[in-house]
Amino acid sequence: MSLLDVKNLKIYYFTLKGVVRAVDDVSFNVREGEVLGIAGESGSGKSTLGYGLMRLVPPPGRIVGGNIVVSGKDITSMDEGTLRREVRWKVISMIFQGALNALNPVYTIGKQLVEPIIFHENVGLKEAYERAVEMVRLVGLNEDVLRRYPHELSGGMKQRVMIAMALILRPKLVIADEPTTALDVVIQAQIMNLFKKIKKEFNQSIIFITHDLSLIAEIADNVAVMYAGKIVEYGTSDNVFNTPKHPYTQGLLKSIPRLKSKEKLSWIPGTPPDLRNPPTGCRFNPRCPYVMDVCRREEPPIKDLGGSHLVACWLY
Amino acid sequence: MTSKVLVVEDLRKYYPIRRSLSEVLTFKRGRYVRAVDGVSFYVNDGEVYCIVGESGCGKTTTGRLVTKLIEPTGGVIKYRPSSALARVDDEFVVGGYIDYRRLPKKYVKLLRREVQIIFQDPYGSLDPRQTVYSILEEPLIIHGIGNERKEREELIFKVLEDVRLSPPEEFINRYPHMLSGGQRQRVNIARALILGPKLVVADEPVSMLDVSVRAEILQLMIDLKISKGLTYIFITHDLAVANYICDRVAVMYLGKIVEEADVLKLVNEPLHPYTKALISAVPEPNPSNRFRIREVPIVGEVPSATAVPPGCRFNPRCPYVMDVCRREEPPIKDLGGSHLVACWLY
Repeated sequence: MSLLDVKNLKIYYFTLKGVVRAVDDVSFNVREGEVLGIAGESGSGKSTLGYGLMRLVPPPGRIVGGNIVVSGKDITSMDEGTLRREVRWKVISMIFQGALNALNPVYTIGKQLVEPIIFHENVGLKEAYERAVEMVRLVGLNEDVLRRYPHELSGGMKQRVMIAMALILRPKLVIADEPTTALDVVIQAQIMNLFKKIKKEFNQSIIFITHDLSLIAEIADNVAVMYAGKIVEYGTSDNVFNTPKHPYTQGLLKSIPRLKSKEKLSWIPGTPPDLRNPPTGCRFNPRCPYVMDVCRREEPPIKDLGGSHLVACWLY
Repeated sequence: MTSKVLVVEDLRKYYPIRRSLSEVLTFKRGRYVRAVDGVSFYVNDGEVYCIVGESGCGKTTTGRLVTKLIEPTGGVIKYRPSSALARVDDEFVVGGYIDYRRLPKKYVKLLRREVQIIFQDPYGSLDPRQTVYSILEEPLIIHGIGNERKEREELIFKVLEDVRLSPPEEFINRYPHMLSGGQRQRVNIARALILGPKLVVADEPVSMLDVSVRAEILQLMIDLKISKGLTYIFITHDLAVANYICDRVAVMYLGKIVEEADVLKLVNEPLHPYTKALISAVPEPNPSNRFRIREVPIVGEVPSATAVPPGCRFNPRCPYVMDVCRREEPPIKDLGGSHLVACWLY
């Protein structure tokens, strides 16, 4: 069953210097228990997409078109009050990027974890606290962190707290936006193990947003590759990593240094386009090694190559 | 024959922690952050020597010490100057090497011409109010290179071509905010190279760049190394990047080098338990990884450099810890083939 259905979503930023089309006509869905990885470089619109799903796009950004349907409810135009009471954090929660600064420094961890339970559910402080203890243990922390303040915790511990916080109301969908970016490799591997455990034990649906394709390979069932506000390729992890079709995906995969091989890397020349004024036709055409005439004129439609492997490229 | 460009012996850098009033009144001893705590290594002419470690291990501090941006608490740094610098004053050159401690202040500038640094953050390390031209002209003016404006312009154009920001006319009048991350890092590299250095310390030069740009900058650095005969000290937290660009790698943990070897050897036959853990933690773009939990054999996190554990610094996290590890610090042992490891297991 489809848990999240996103159709033709458009999120634009209305800046003084023009309209930035950060997310431009994006459609996908997430099933229950599925982990979807969204890969993209800075400025590809992946974080904006994450905020959009929470209806938290910061001004001057706005959702200007499309629908977000979560378990049958369209939240695109839901009023803010209902959204806060019934959807945000309860059905969809988020692990924010730069989680190390996302905790409130003047409250203890316990207070911050208990707050959403009390706000959303009719339970007493004691029960809420017990649930916080349970959640903190689940993410691999000792319960005495509840009495501590954020500055007393290390980066890895804070990230675990953020994960506990995102899971505390047992939401159906968790959006993790670059959850390991500021962490060291060893801690990163431990956090990735934690995500794997959560996925398995809770059958948790997760949208995992990152610029690092290696991390997506570590967890995702399906992958969406974003470029300049659009999904250019979508498919199962096996398909996207083993038989990438879009030249952008191919280029990205060839540019990752590997630990066990000294194979020469290649890269994608040029820079991502200015989203106020994206190139006509395919947005990747100025950087594409296989560019054809049609790419400069017309935007490629999304084509199904079978096995739900979708690609937006004139080559296919 | 390869010869050593830089020799570092027992290098130490401690940062004092401010004592509270009660600590002062009770005559408590001052405490220190031991950022770099007894590091020895050498760098061969023309090689890429890598220092790998997690945040807080002292790798950046080591890079800054080597470029003489900060002064060490103890230890020796010796640099073998090229003939130009050596000619200036023979008395400071002993056995072909300059000892950083003995180098008088007035000659530090000459050292700067030969030892340069590329900073990590391409966003923070360029002055937002200077154009690319004036960013690159400044070192020339300071060092009195090119007396005529025309001469300096030529040098600036040339270095921009070298880092493949071409045509240079298009870039010289831009401000940093008008450049992409990759272009900024090229300006950073150009600034380090404009004085014609021999040894370049690159402090995480690609960690803040997008993946697709990273490979391009790494290749540029490799090409420049060959065409200009440079030697790099390459500081990174990413073993995969180290594997791509380096010849020899040192792994640092809490201010000490725990293992050093040729990069192929280190990656394929790591000896120190910490190195093994680091390698096991590196993610690879292989989708079958999603079905397995990664075995990361170490627990906990890096302790604070203010309270370094006694004995081997790694002992509280080590899966093979023995009694001796808690008592005595392991010496660095050469296991042959210039594979060095500081661990009681060997």
